[in-house]
Amino acid sequence: MTELVNGKGLSLIPKTDVKQGMKDFKSDQEVRWCPGCGDYAILAAVQSFLPDLGLKRENIVFVSGIGCSSRFPYYLNTYGFHSIHGRAPAIATGLAASRPDLSVWVITGDGDALSIGGNHLIHALRRNVNLNILLFNNRIYGLTKGQYSPTSEVGKITKSTPMGSLDKPFNPISLAIGAEASFVARTIDSDRKHLQSVLREATEHRGTSLVEIYQNCNIFNDNAFEQLKDPEVRDDITLRLEHGQPITSASKAVVRGANGGIEVVARDGVSEDEILVHDAHNPDPSVAFALSRLDEPAFEHVPIGIFRQVDRPAYDVLMAEQLEEAVAQKGPGDLGELLLGGDTWRIG
Amino acid sequence: MTKQVQQLDRVIIRFAGDSGDGMQLTGDRFTAGTAEFGNDLSTLPNFPAEIRAPAGTLPGVSSFQLHFADHDILTPGDAPNVLVAMNPAALKANLGDLPRGADIIANTDEFTKRNLQKVGYAANPLEDESLSEWRVHAVPLTSLTVKALEDFDLSKKDAERSKNMFALGLLSWLYHRPTEQTVKFLEQKFAKKPDLAKANIAAFQAGWNYGETTESFSVSYEVKPARLAPGVYRNISGNQALAYGLIAASVQSKLPLFLGSYPITPASDILHELSKHKRFGIRTFQAEDEIAGVGAALGAAFGGALGVTTTSGPGVALKAETVGLAVTTELPLIVVDVQRAGPSTGMPTKTEQTDLLMALFGRNGESPVPVVAPMSPSDCFDAAVEAARIAVKYRTPVMLLSDGYLANGSEPWRLPEISDLPDISQEFTTEPNGADGEFLPFKRDTETLARPWAIPGTPGLEHRIGGIEKADGTGNISYDPNNHDLMVRTRAAKIAGIDVPDLEVDDPDGDAKVLVIGWGSTYGPIAAAVRRIRRSGGKVAQTHLRHLNPLPANTGDVLKRYDKVLLPEINLGQLALLLRARFLVDVISYNRVRGLPFKAEELAGVIQDVIDSD
Repeated sequence: MTELVNGKGLSLIPKTDVKQGMKDFKSDQEVRWCPGCGDYAILAAVQSFLPDLGLKRENIVFVSGIGCSSRFPYYLNTYGFHSIHGRAPAIATGLAASRPDLSVWVITGDGDALSIGGNHLIHALRRNVNLNILLFNNRIYGLTKGQYSPTSEVGKITKSTPMGSLDKPFNPISLAIGAEASFVARTIDSDRKHLQSVLREATEHRGTSLVEIYQNCNIFNDNAFEQLKDPEVRDDITLRLEHGQPITSASKAVVRGANGGIEVVARDGVSEDEILVHDAHNPDPSVAFALSRLDEPAFEHVPIGIFRQVDRPAYDVLMAEQLEEAVAQKGPGDLGELLLGGDTWRIG
Repeated sequence: MTKQVQQLDRVIIRFAGDSGDGMQLTGDRFTAGTAEFGNDLSTLPNFPAEIRAPAGTLPGVSSFQLHFADHDILTPGDAPNVLVAMNPAALKANLGDLPRGADIIANTDEFTKRNLQKVGYAANPLEDESLSEWRVHAVPLTSLTVKALEDFDLSKKDAERSKNMFALGLLSWLYHRPTEQTVKFLEQKFAKKPDLAKANIAAFQAGWNYGETTESFSVSYEVKPARLAPGVYRNISGNQALAYGLIAASVQSKLPLFLGSYPITPASDILHELSKHKRFGIRTFQAEDEIAGVGAALGAAFGGALGVTTTSGPGVALKAETVGLAVTTELPLIVVDVQRAGPSTGMPTKTEQTDLLMALFGRNGESPVPVVAPMSPSDCFDAAVEAARIAVKYRTPVMLLSDGYLANGSEPWRLPEISDLPDISQEFTTEPNGADGEFLPFKRDTETLARPWAIPGTPGLEHRIGGIEKADGTGNISYDPNNHDLMVRTRAAKIAGIDVPDLEVDDPDGDAKVLVIGWGSTYGPIAAAVRRIRRSGGKVAQTHLRHLNPLPANTGDVLKRYDKVLLPEINLGQLALLLRARFLVDVISYNRVRGLPFKAEELAGVIQDVIDSD
């Protein structure tokens, strides 16, 4: 197993001695999502998990783009910036890069992050800015009332695609791994315990953490993730990813397959030592990528958990180090000296 | 042989060659020598967008024009007195600008049959009568350079590369330029390749000696130092001055500078310059695109930085939505637009003033933004500080409208005393401002109408901002009709109420009937034209706008004081449209959009026509 050495985690963010509770993180604003929306569960999970971090509340910032999920910052009593469509990762990058003392969160959806904001997402990931990006994936456009999204399945019948959508969806996990992400995880709105455990790992990761959260839109795409919630089948199709543990569901197991790939087989057909043991910390992303492809074409078996979590210097730290190095080499900047720095001459 | 020395009051030289010939470097060095000597000067580089267009072709011609004088001057000059043509393409591309009697120094080695054919010369113009209106000095620059470097262990190709330094040496002799700085410069530039340093210095000195000894140049020229205001000077380009202005703004506002930028001609040099000054605590972020550049700057501003984004017109178009977000969240932000010829990609290396209306109105909704425009290369420094002052004091994005002419042109700059720079710092809000101890992020300063700037990390002031309309005071989301009307009007009133100085009018006798008004980089040519008119006994008043929004309070009064108001712009009348609409004044527009600055002579003619017309 590969071990992480990055000890920085939350060390740059000020802690509080004051005991905090969930109510400290609730704002006074009325929450206005549709009744039954998966966003409520995620909001409650975040509000009840944040106090456990012991961070100063004023050093936490939630930044969002546009979409149903992007109303999220209004409901948290932290600093918040509800920005414009797709741009939250860019805005958060400027904030996080200049303020290493902040815990910066990006709340986004599948349209916001993967369609209009796709460019900012992939570049935030490759830079490894210290951000926690929560991508609420409901596979539909909610706020604009029901068009297909970049994660909708091919053939999706919506208002804008009455004969079915034509474009192949993104797999957010594959995309993130391909974009050099150092932390990639998937969880689900209905499993608060799992959701919070992933969020904790994401928070403590210094660098960009991308967490895909399967989130139900009960108005425009109800039951999109029903298999993962249905007690009849969920334990069979959910492959738990836990670092150092064999990758299995109740009835299935992941093994090394032919052609150097991996495949899912019946659990009782293989011995324990044939089952692939999950190494989230492996610098080589190829197995994590292969795992991200297991749910293709559609939800026969879905890995849940942390796909990848590797050490890589965070952008804000590197940027701060260059500033320190420049001062170490030449001393702090002096404006008068700067202006006199070229070829000068005196008159009079 | 003692050569004749002739006194001149001013000279305009244009160096022209292939884009690979090092003409910009040659011009820069001649400029440095000229600055050191103490002449006033003004420069105009002119180069193709292509990094290396095919050698010897017209599109590949790069030039650098320098105007220097024994008195203060305002423009890089209309027409060169001397053209240095490194090849036939350079001759052909520039001959049209050359007045009769001007000197042409041509590199005969490059006037080969093939090179002549490339640009459509049927015969060698150096050898027929076609250049008889000019004084031609045919100099085999390349072969003289190669000969001078015989003793160096250099390939012929490497030796030929030093021909620009030979030309520089020759011109330095011709105009009595000091040489020490250039020698020092070459030693530093090639510090890691001492052989190349020596070879370039040898070529430079050989050029000088050639002038001294050859009979092809019987006269050399002297232009006495100019009597400029006392002080310490340096030569500076607009982009460098703008970068220094931003650094000064960071120091004077006590805010760390965060630049989010995406490379674009002609603004990239500001990014390059600022990235060198990390010891001032400056963070430069080369973003994935224009939108991310401004987004990151705005995010940093939310965190308490002096957020800046630098770009040119096409980039401003992309940033518009984020600038609107900065308008409504009321955060400080500086958007630098180094204007270039448009629309679309246009002519990236050519100058224009065509983004004024975009800067003012190019966003959705009622979205007022202050606009500041520098009027000369060195003025970019002061304009940047002023833009920052407004941004920080009023918590607003500010557009700073430079252009390609200012960006790449240069002039001597009298360095300001650091102690004279304005203190533009503002306090962050650290205490609740509500009656019940709560924090109201949209409760405004009664004088400036600015809202409090409380940054993350400040306990007790946690609040949410965003693009959705906010309730006055609390900053909660609001769709209330009357609140929206109030907020729209309040944002407009805040910008309209920005303190900008009154317009000053230059009208020596106070009896001119015609006023010339301009904005931005046209100051030099307009002022030079005004001088011409006055020298010939004409009466004309001049004023120039630095603040395009809000306009100085006395603008209407000034305009109405004159019988006629003339407004030259390098667009199709954008400011004229505004002034006519705002003040119902029948402004006479003069417009050219050739990608080049106005010429003083051209504007003098236009002003004279207006004076003469009934």
